[in-house]
Amino acid sequence: MSSLADRPENPVVGRPAVHESAALHVTGAAVYTDDVAARSHGVLTAWPVQSTVAHARVSVDVAPAYDVAGVVRVLTADDVPGINDAGVKHDEPLFPTEAMFFGHALVWVLGETTDAARQGAAAVTVSYEPLPSLITVQEAIDAGSFQGVPRTIARGDAASALASSAFVFEGESAVGGQEHFSLETHASYAVRDPDGRYFVECSTQHPSETQEIVAHVLGVPSSEVTVECLRMGGGFGGKEMQPHGFAAIAALGAKLTGRPVRLRLTRTQDITMSGKRHPFHLAWRVGFDADGFLQALDATLTADGGWSLDLSEPVLGRALCHVDNAYWIPNVRVHGRVAQTHKQSNTAFRGFGGPQGVFLIEDILGRAAPVLGVDPLELRKKNFYRPGQSTHYGQLVKDAGRLTAIWERLRSEADLDARLHEISRFNEAHADRKRGLAMTPVKFGISFTFTSFNQAGALVLVYKDGSVLINHGGTEMGQGLHTKMLQVAATALGVPLEAVRVAPTRTDKVPNTSATAASSSADLNGGAVKLACEEIRGRLAAVAGRLLGVDARDVRFSDGCVTALGGGERMPFADVVAEAYLQRVQLFAAGYYRTEGLHWDADRQQGSPFKYFAYGCAAAEVEVDGLTGAYRLRRVDIVHDAGDSLSPLLDIGQIEGGFVQGTGWLTLEELRWDTGDGPTRGRLQTPSASTYKLPSFSEMPEEFHVALFEDAREDGAVYGSKAVGEPPLLLAFSVREALRQAVGAFGPAGRSVELGSPATPEAVFWAIEAARGAAGAEAASVSRDGTVPAAPPLAAGVRRAADPGPAEPDLLTAGR
Amino acid sequence: MTVNGRVVPLVGAVAHATALDWLRSLGLTGAKEGCAEGECGACAVLVATAGPEGTAVWTPVNACLVPVHALDGQEVVTSEGLGSPDHLHPVQQRLAAAGGSQCGYCTPGFACAMAAEFYRSDRGAGTADGEHGANGFDLHALSGNLCRCTGYRPIRDAAFGLGMPRPDDPLRERLTEPAPTAVATAVRAADGRFVRPETLGEALQLLRDEPEALAVAGSTDWGVDVNLRGARAPLVVAIDRLPELRGLEFTGDAVGIGAAVPLSEIEQSVGERVPLLAQLLPQFASRLIRNRATLGGNLGTASPIGDAAPALLALGASVVLVSAGGEREVDLADYFTGYRTSVRRRDELIRMVRVPLPSAGPTAFHKVAKRRFDDISSVAVAFALELDGGSVTRARIGLGGVAATPLRAYATEQALEGRPWNAATVAAASVVLQREGTPLDDHRASAAYRARMLGTALPALFAASADDEEATA
Repeated sequence: MSSLADRPENPVVGRPAVHESAALHVTGAAVYTDDVAARSHGVLTAWPVQSTVAHARVSVDVAPAYDVAGVVRVLTADDVPGINDAGVKHDEPLFPTEAMFFGHALVWVLGETTDAARQGAAAVTVSYEPLPSLITVQEAIDAGSFQGVPRTIARGDAASALASSAFVFEGESAVGGQEHFSLETHASYAVRDPDGRYFVECSTQHPSETQEIVAHVLGVPSSEVTVECLRMGGGFGGKEMQPHGFAAIAALGAKLTGRPVRLRLTRTQDITMSGKRHPFHLAWRVGFDADGFLQALDATLTADGGWSLDLSEPVLGRALCHVDNAYWIPNVRVHGRVAQTHKQSNTAFRGFGGPQGVFLIEDILGRAAPVLGVDPLELRKKNFYRPGQSTHYGQLVKDAGRLTAIWERLRSEADLDARLHEISRFNEAHADRKRGLAMTPVKFGISFTFTSFNQAGALVLVYKDGSVLINHGGTEMGQGLHTKMLQVAATALGVPLEAVRVAPTRTDKVPNTSATAASSSADLNGGAVKLACEEIRGRLAAVAGRLLGVDARDVRFSDGCVTALGGGERMPFADVVAEAYLQRVQLFAAGYYRTEGLHWDADRQQGSPFKYFAYGCAAAEVEVDGLTGAYRLRRVDIVHDAGDSLSPLLDIGQIEGGFVQGTGWLTLEELRWDTGDGPTRGRLQTPSASTYKLPSFSEMPEEFHVALFEDAREDGAVYGSKAVGEPPLLLAFSVREALRQAVGAFGPAGRSVELGSPATPEAVFWAIEAARGAAGAEAASVSRDGTVPAAPPLAAGVRRAADPGPAEPDLLTAGR
Repeated sequence: MTVNGRVVPLVGAVAHATALDWLRSLGLTGAKEGCAEGECGACAVLVATAGPEGTAVWTPVNACLVPVHALDGQEVVTSEGLGSPDHLHPVQQRLAAAGGSQCGYCTPGFACAMAAEFYRSDRGAGTADGEHGANGFDLHALSGNLCRCTGYRPIRDAAFGLGMPRPDDPLRERLTEPAPTAVATAVRAADGRFVRPETLGEALQLLRDEPEALAVAGSTDWGVDVNLRGARAPLVVAIDRLPELRGLEFTGDAVGIGAAVPLSEIEQSVGERVPLLAQLLPQFASRLIRNRATLGGNLGTASPIGDAAPALLALGASVVLVSAGGEREVDLADYFTGYRTSVRRRDELIRMVRVPLPSAGPTAFHKVAKRRFDDISSVAVAFALELDGGSVTRARIGLGGVAATPLRAYATEQALEGRPWNAATVAAASVVLQREGTPLDDHRASAAYRARMLGTALPALFAASADDEEATA
């Protein structure tokens, strides 16, 4: 048996392959969950009654719904035979008696048509007994409203290192959330099979957990419930934990009516009911020595968990593990806690807390560089981890040298020095337009931090004609996992890609699967598929060895042919399979993979939770309009480490897509809630595509160069590859830092620039105003009008420790 | 109705059924609902519409916003009709090979929007820039399609890599024949009635006799109301094909634009003859919306954030209102009366918008929004100035997004008129402009930012006009 990372000759992995469903996608023939419902007869539609109060005890009268023609049933708590809970933490009643956020689904109406269900839901009357509500993170912090277990990671002595640092900066930052906005909203379709078991088609990243929740709501064993995921129209983490309750509603409806039930949220239902990327509040102090080397970081991270825990604890955990990003910080104390607010329960989103942790240190470096008098490029590079150094949670930074190698390659390929020179000339020549160019790195830990999730299963079936069908536990949400698994199976069996098919993900094929999440699915399921294929190949080798007259160890499988080492007779793979069948050799196998070498001590917050780190660097150039704050992304260059890529076309797609999604989070996508005291307090004010803006073509970089880091074999993963789903999202910090550079060019040198998050045109405009104000220069005539309110107050302070007297007024403001 | 070349009886659909829901009920599930408000394009399909001289055009529209009964007798092509997995259409082939689909949910809509541009009869090789391919593909054709997975680069590359349709391409051949004419329609269902009258007279009678009648043209607002707000008007009257509302006439000093002419058509036909409209229209929503949306609808809803009104105010446009009792013409500056209200009576239709042809003075449309393509303005400012001998002889300024109605910036106009067109005048007038309106804080922008954007618009116009003078000098 070959080692995990070794590739045979002529492997199918490593070749550019288009998505296995591409032809189905482009013709509209690809079937999604609600398309199954559209093809079925007698299907009922489920529609929620949503709370119109942020926090209240509720009593619901469903009787009026039954007066609406076409209403078949209203599902309430009384109908639940099992446990009235939609989550794994037992803090999410499926039918609540207390509305915990504006939009919380209270009961569900089943109608013959969408219209009937919608009208039935409108007829239901809800009485509210309002309770106090907390909408912002700051309100929760002030009220001491927290949930879950707070955590602290510490190394060295941050307090005394801060005291002896040459430069100390402190500040607070608010990081905005992000709506997943998968083009496909949450969708489930449930039907009972002729034997009374439940079949649930579900747009879920975690079919096994969906199965468990459906079973516990129905009060039946998991073996009575099968969950299938054909494919998802996007997931991004939003369908890791949150589909379960919707699937349970559909299944409960199917149980009570005996008919199929579909549930597909409208866009506004989806945005107002489902969780998002966690907004974070960050409060920090950081120390540098006189040469700009990081000395100490002391920070408190508060994640806005929303109304229930969901995945907030592990999200916070990953944030705490990523406050270092790519940088060696000798003394660290980072404390994390989860606020409880009356909003949607925030959840996994590509990066899973990592982006918020990295935000902290990149924001610090971006703000500090001008005050330290160090070029931001140099500041970042000089603080990179060196080989042999470990993270603040005690894990050796494996292949740390790659950071510098990637950085230098990008710097030269993107022609950075010449462009920086050009930009400074441009900026001198233009008063109202400035350009900025920045480079940022990413180091992202790969593995589930919940160690038990690092296992996977596969079931590989070889039919007598030599065709191959693989089943594995991962789900397809567009990332190309199925394509990669086909490539892995084709490589392991030595057959062409076309000889292998992948079956839809089903809990009755591979049980107890982990979520398709944490970027780990190719690593985990690929390991399992490979092992299963190798087991079958081993059996076939014995048969072929006898036919070819050589020892089984000297049989080779490649390109659909079986040969002896050194050449000679070539037998079609199908012939060997047919012969193996006649000889009564088992032609199917289960594969099981667990990631070795992981350990994590949750109490001490120390260990080696990650198998390896994925690395990358991005260089972004922007141009900012000083009159409006609007900007364009002129050029982006990326070099990313995907190990020895399993599938380069797909990996580049993940890098580009992740980058643009991260850029959306940091610059454009803005979630706004009503934080006033009126009757719509807690209502999401951006509940639709017309109010919540995703990146469109206009946000795509005008020039976009993406390259994979070469000769990048990762010994610890399947065929030497690395995970690629999440890390590239964090490359978008280069855009935020480029904006900061451009804004800074409107003001005097050496001034720290603060940027709101997201850095919308308005946020950039106010930052420009602050920079221009600091310049004290003649700004545009309009900005001197006295009636104009000042820009929002600066939240952060910068203190030069060596100079304890009153600092320059533009550098020091009191922390809030 | 003809769908993918097959005649399908339009039976069983309720009055408010959207084309999307109906197509999906036929098992054509390629078109998806991503937002149900015309923002994402996942539901895009192609409709054969009238082209020049008896030809047809494949026009992509958001199926989620179109009443299916409005397509009675029409021809529709969906992603399934472009090609099949075994026989991909050239657009589908490029999109698939480029890695242009990841999750695939938005992809059928992209395929349709791309196909429309593929077949555009005046597309031809040209100079490539960031938004145009060397094959003449205009990326703005895809501005109404959102993708959450790819980051767009492979979709752009697929679009810019397209060739020209083969001469025997059946969808291209189809365009040499006229598009179907409108079909008089009268549907009565449990949720109301849908009527397409044959004549303007019939339409006006319906509006007079039935107080709850709702006139729709492009239905881009109707669809949002139906899908997101559950609106079900008892009677929907389709007026989008009435010839009296479809004219485009240049007279000596004005252009009369039929209220039901889709904005895309205005974009093509009016072009540079009204530079302010030529600036505005590409920034108005997306191509998918402009293919259906009309000036009549944009003014009819009297929304304070519609982008047409500020430009038309600056141009000094008027609206021609028609009812069974006759016609009257109202200056647009007197048209709006409050938040989403106007002087238009319930029984009146906007028949035409009359736009005086501008003189050569500087005009500009400044749109401030979070996103450059397809976003709603937080502030819109339209300028139309006339200069003589270095002085401002006339100024018309229209504002959107800063009050309950679109506004004329009268005070600013006064601060400009009769004064020299120079930096001092601009600075003084900007202070006035910044105080026009009563901007609010909302999810799009703060009141302070909106006010400042008013203030920066005039200097930007001045700088641009100075650049122009230098360029022409």
